[in-house]
Formats: sequence, C-alpha cells, structure tokens
Amino acid sequence: MKAFKAALAASAIFVGTLGSVGHAFAEWPERAVTVIVPWSAGGGTDATARAVAQELEERFGQPFNVVNRTGGGGLVGHITIANSGPDGYTLGVITIETTMFEAQGLPGASPEAFTLLGRFNADAIGINVRADAPYGTAKELVEAVKANPGQLKASGANRGGLSHLAWAGLLNRLEIDPQAAPWVASDGSAPAMQQLAANAIEVVSTSPAEAQSLVDAGEAKTLLLMADERSALYPDIPTVSEALGVAWSPLPFRGLAGPAGLPEEVVTKVSAALAEITKDEEFIALMKSRGFSVAYQDAETFTKTVMRSRDDLVSAMQAVGLAK
Amino acid sequence: MTFDVLISALWVVLQPQVLIVVLLASVYGLFIGAIPGLSATMATALLIPLTFYMDPVPAIAAIVATTAMAITAGDIPGALLRIPGTPASAAYVEEAYALNMKGKAQLAMGLGIVFSAAGGLFGALVLLVSAPLLARASLNFSSFEFFWLALLGLLTSALVSTNAPARGLFSLCLGLLISTVGLDVTSGQPRFTFGVIDLYGGVSFIPTMIGMFAFAELLRGLSSAASVPPVPAKESVFSNSFAGVWGAFRRYPWSFLRGSTLGSSIGALPGVGGDLAAWIAYGMSRRFSKTPEKFGTGHEEGLIEASSSNNAGLSSAWVPALVFGIPGDAVTAIAIGVLFMKGLNPGPKLFVENPTMLTAVILTFALANLFLIPIGFLAIKGARYVLAVPRGLIVPTILVFCVVGSFAINNTVFDIAIMLVAGLVAYLMEANRFPIAPVILGLVLGPVLERNFIMSMQIADGNLLGFFSRPVAAGLGILVCAIIVIPILRSLATRLRRPLS
Repeated sequence: MKAFKAALAASAIFVGTLGSVGHAFAEWPERAVTVIVPWSAGGGTDATARAVAQELEERFGQPFNVVNRTGGGGLVGHITIANSGPDGYTLGVITIETTMFEAQGLPGASPEAFTLLGRFNADAIGINVRADAPYGTAKELVEAVKANPGQLKASGANRGGLSHLAWAGLLNRLEIDPQAAPWVASDGSAPAMQQLAANAIEVVSTSPAEAQSLVDAGEAKTLLLMADERSALYPDIPTVSEALGVAWSPLPFRGLAGPAGLPEEVVTKVSAALAEITKDEEFIALMKSRGFSVAYQDAETFTKTVMRSRDDLVSAMQAVGLAK
Repeated sequence: MTFDVLISALWVVLQPQVLIVVLLASVYGLFIGAIPGLSATMATALLIPLTFYMDPVPAIAAIVATTAMAITAGDIPGALLRIPGTPASAAYVEEAYALNMKGKAQLAMGLGIVFSAAGGLFGALVLLVSAPLLARASLNFSSFEFFWLALLGLLTSALVSTNAPARGLFSLCLGLLISTVGLDVTSGQPRFTFGVIDLYGGVSFIPTMIGMFAFAELLRGLSSAASVPPVPAKESVFSNSFAGVWGAFRRYPWSFLRGSTLGSSIGALPGVGGDLAAWIAYGMSRRFSKTPEKFGTGHEEGLIEASSSNNAGLSSAWVPALVFGIPGDAVTAIAIGVLFMKGLNPGPKLFVENPTMLTAVILTFALANLFLIPIGFLAIKGARYVLAVPRGLIVPTILVFCVVGSFAINNTVFDIAIMLVAGLVAYLMEANRFPIAPVILGLVLGPVLERNFIMSMQIADGNLLGFFSRPVAAGLGILVCAIIVIPILRSLATRLRRPLS
C-alpha cells in the first residue's frame, strides 16, 4: 500500500510537470508556453512570431516555444489554437485568414473561436517578380498577363488565402479575369519565393519583407505595394493606385490570440506585455531590420479591425469567386 | 574568401569563451538527443534565451553544437534500444540494432558517432568553400525537382526493406496512406479525420516513429519471442570506444565519400533535404554494395554511408539560410532569428560586408563536429552499461520515455494514443514479417510528394509532361523511371531466356 501511494504521488508529480493540472494556484506562467504559428518556418508570420516569442520569454522568464502547425492554408494551425485548452499555456499567432475560412465553407477557426490579445504587425502585400523578368513595372506585368492568358502563374500561399485574394482582387479591379494568371497553392511565402527563384512561376504576391532577402540577392524585384500610401520602410515601391490607377489595399494582420475563454489574468498580462514589447526600441529595430512594420493594436481595437476586415473581405471574395 | 579572412576567423573562433560554449552545448545536446523523443529542435528552442547574453559567434556555435550533438546522440538509443532519434536516423536504425544484437553495440555506436563527425566536417568544408555557389544551385530547384527527389527517396525503401519487395511496398503504401490523414494542403478539406479535430493536423510522425520502433520492441520483449541484445563483456576503463571503426573506414572509404557528398548536396535543398539524404544514402549504399545481401543483418557499409550523409546534410542545410535567408527547417529558422538579433543579417550582403564573421560562423560547424568525437567516445563508454541494466528496470524506463517523448512534440495527450496504436500496429506487422522503416519513410515523404505534385500540376496546367520540361527535373525523372523499369526488364529477360519448365 505504501508503495502504491508512493507510485501514485510520483505519477501525480509526473503529470503535474507535464502540465494538465496544477496551474490554477500559481501565477501564470509557471511553465513553458507553446506559441502556435499556422504558417511554415521561414515565412513572415513565423519570423515575427519568433521575435515576439523571444520578447515574451524575456519578460515572463519562461520559454515561449514556437511550434509551426502548417497545412490547409493556415486552417490547421488556427484550429489547433482555437481547440487547445484555454489555460494560457497554448497561445498562437493568428493571421487575416481567420476572417476568410468561414466564407470558404471551413468552420472552426472564425474570429469568435479566439480570445484576441493584440495586433503587433500589419504589412501590406506586394507583387514580386524575378529580377530578370521582361516586365519592369506593374503596368508591363499586367499587359503581359492580358497578352498571354493562363500562361503566367502566381503563388504566395494557399488557394483562398489572403495572398491569393490580393492577387485575384487586383486583377478583378483591373477588369481582368483572375484565371488569366492562375494561382498555384503553396504552403506559404517561403516555398513560393523558392518557386519564383527557380523560374517555375512568374509572380509571388507577398509582403516586401518576405521577398527582401531574395531582392537583396538580386534574384527578385517588388513591383508594387497594395496599400493606400507608400510604406516608410520601402519608400521606393509605388502603391497600387500610383502604378495602376486603381484602389485596392487588403491589409493583412498578425496578432496574438488564444483559444476563446482565456483566463482574465493571462489576457491582461499578455496584452500589457505586447504593448510594452511593441514600444521597445530594440524590438522595433529588429523588426525593421527584417523589413517588418510594428503596428500595435490593443485587444479591443484589434477585435474591431478583425471584424471589419471580415466584412470587407467576404464581399471581395465573392467578387472573385472564392467564397461559397 | 582570402587566407587573411580565414586566419582572422580562426582567431575569433579559437577563443576560450567559444570553446567552452561549444563544449557545454555539446554535452547538453548529448543528453537531449540521447533521450528518445526529445528533438534537436526542442533543444535549440530551449537554448535561445541563453543566446541573448552571448556574442554572435558563441551564440551560433551553441546552436550548431547542440543540434549536431543532439542528432548524432539520437543514434545511441537507436543502436541500443531501436529507438530512432530523428526521421533521418530511422533509415538505418534497424541496421545499427542488428549489429547490437550480434553483440557489437559498441561498434554500432562508434560508427554512428565517428562517421557523423566526419560527415559533418565534410559538410562544413563544403559550406566554407562553396556556400554561395551551392545556394544558387539550390535556388534552381522547383516543385518539379522536389517531386522527383521525393519519389527517389520513396524508391529507396524498396532497397531499404527486406528481401520481400512486395511487403516493403505494402508498408510504404501504408505510410503514404497515413500521411494523407488531415486537412488537404490545397483545398483545406479534411480527409480521413472522422470528425476528430486532433487529426486535422495529420498523424504526427515523431509519436508514430517512437511507437512503431520503441513501443513495438517493448511489446515483443513481453511476448515469448523476445530476443534481448547480449550484454557486452566487461572491459577496462581504458578500452577504445572506437575500436573497429578505422578498419570499417578502410574497407568502405567510398561509402563515406558518397554519403558525405550526397548529404551536402541534398541537404542544401530547403525543406526536404535533411530527412531525405540519409534514406537515399542508405539505399544507394545497398545498390552499389558488393554484398547487398548483408544489409539489414548488421552490416557496417550502409551505416557509414547514411550517418555521414546525415551530418553532412546538417551543415549544408545552413546554405540557403545564410546566403538567402531562406531557412529549410525550424532549427535554421530559429538561428536566422538569432543572427538578425545580433545584427548579422543573413543574405548575400553578409558575404561581402562581414566575411570574417561569416567564416567564423562556418568554422564553428567544423569545431562542433570535432567535439563530437571526444564527447561521443565518453558517451559510448557510459551507454554500454545500458545493456547491462536488468530488463525489469529498463522496460518501464523506455515506456516512460515513449510517453514523454510523444507528448512533448505537440504537448497533446492525443499523440500518446497515436504512439500506442502505432506500436500495436507495428508489432502485428513485424510478427507477419512486414518491415517498419518504409512506413516512416512514407509518412515523412508523403506530404512532400503530394504538395509538390499538386503545385507542379497547377503550374503545368495538368500536363504530366511538365515533369520533364525542366532540364534537372527531366534528368531526375529519367533516373527514377530507369530505377523502376530496369529491374522489371531484367527479370523479364531472364525469364524469357530460361526455357519454361
């Protein structure tokens, strides 16, 4: 009996350290926190998430482990965050795709499934082509698309993701059938840039930051930015209205979130930490060096942004035939 | 790179701080790597807070040394207990375990460590001499080439698996089938998930691997057919852990060279390189061997080739990361973050603006792999005692490791269930002489194959000839087709020549 009790105690300690029980009494976080990133390692969401996780780690003194759960155009990762236990030990980075899943007939990862903690980044999407491409401006690219319907292939993320919507929506604004430059589904911007450099596709629709290292290497160039005004980080890239005379600025976001029903303590602590992190000189400099903006919104404003994006995007998706 | 740069980089690396960091990181990597289920990625992630307080070179050196040691140390439980540390080491875990069953555990571990270190040094040399060149070459690989490479990797399973190709093929297809579980990459629709949310992300392979190798082995140990590796004879403390390794190298020098070259070239391909290299190396080794019938019975040749390619690939995985800022896996993604934080922004500019620092970073690869040898030497000494531990103690310990390892990958209890089910399935399969390694291969390469197939089909507008429309893809495609067709033709020819009886 004594041995049994000892074994019981030992297993209780074992289970406790693994962490499904016993956190209720102590202050959060008393052990490692998992940060789920729904996109592949090396993309912009991954890079910014790792930067934020490092800062959180410094502030809370516990590891914030970034785990990439890719697949299904971010749906796997988003669903994993939404379905994890709301104990504060699984958080995640959500992206604008959360507002688009439901319209595509994919339930389980809509904004209501999350506790939104705050936005830290919002970078407009750019149009990138190979450096040696025959088209030097966005206008020439559009002419090439018109002249050879179906020939030029574009990629940047999954089918139905924001990168896709940005590209198809741009063509739609220009009154070109989106099928004139078909979309190739990929796991994220990193594999798409690889495809571009390997001369397998012609256009990558992704933020300039994610194209930056290949642009620096002289392998790619960014033709335009889908924003209303020029970016402070990339003052040389023309906006869509300057380059093509149409307005189209689907602004993505990257924000911290947890499953719905996160404890108040976690929400307050993480939101406060995120506000602090996004004011931190070092963090801003690090993000800037990689070409990412720092665009903080607190939980409340972030929630409004998310809901407004959903309304805007769903109508845009219907226009290009991406919504069910 | 000039000689001056090399000298000044050496000066940066051969500082006591760097050497101590590499030593400590290696020991840390050894412990993480030797515990089944705890991965190199996890070891690296836990290291990040410490790198905040370090200079750039020791920070990167710590990451490199930890991963190199953790991945190499994964071969120790592989050889002793048949628990592979990484998907790559699953390629040769059966070979190492077979050597152990012959009473040559020390040789199996010695080969693993020495050739990992040698392969890693080779990879570091390649990185030093030709990083920009190799990176440019790797940028030419598109989904068409990745598709063929993944198929080539799958074909090796026919060579890896036993002498019954049909059974090997069955196992492979089972692995591929399991890999389709989860949300479809292209359309986001759930497949074979039966409404279970935990399956949306697919069946994770680390728990499956632990279950299929380690837990199945425990089940076999409990059954009447149990066979236990022999306990090695007591030797003096001064004995040579690496006895027999030099002899093996003299017998199979080409295996080492082929494995390292293959590892360094395939390893540089972002995303797929690392896992593929060891499988293809092992398959190639068997294909070119003078004694292919010895494979699978505890033969040194395949072990040498696969473990050298494993660590050579580890070094060259940094090529696209350093030159273009494209990380191939989670470890390099973490490392790129650290480089940025230290102001060493990876990219072609780094090669021009700060060649000394860059060379110093690459030299730490060589250093980390050199440290593998003495630390591995001592580790083998300690590890041999594992076999002397009574069965009654070691079985529950392994079970605990299986459970913790499966849990720790994604922090879900569901993965423990996956591990247990995978173990039961593997036990039944092996009882009926179906090989296990091809299942893991199918599981790892299935998504790579599918994703690149779909991408290529979308690019080629559904035209299958698109797979031959690019020069490298065409070359790889013809090679793959030849590997499939030639054996069939050959067996047809022998059958025609022989009169029907």
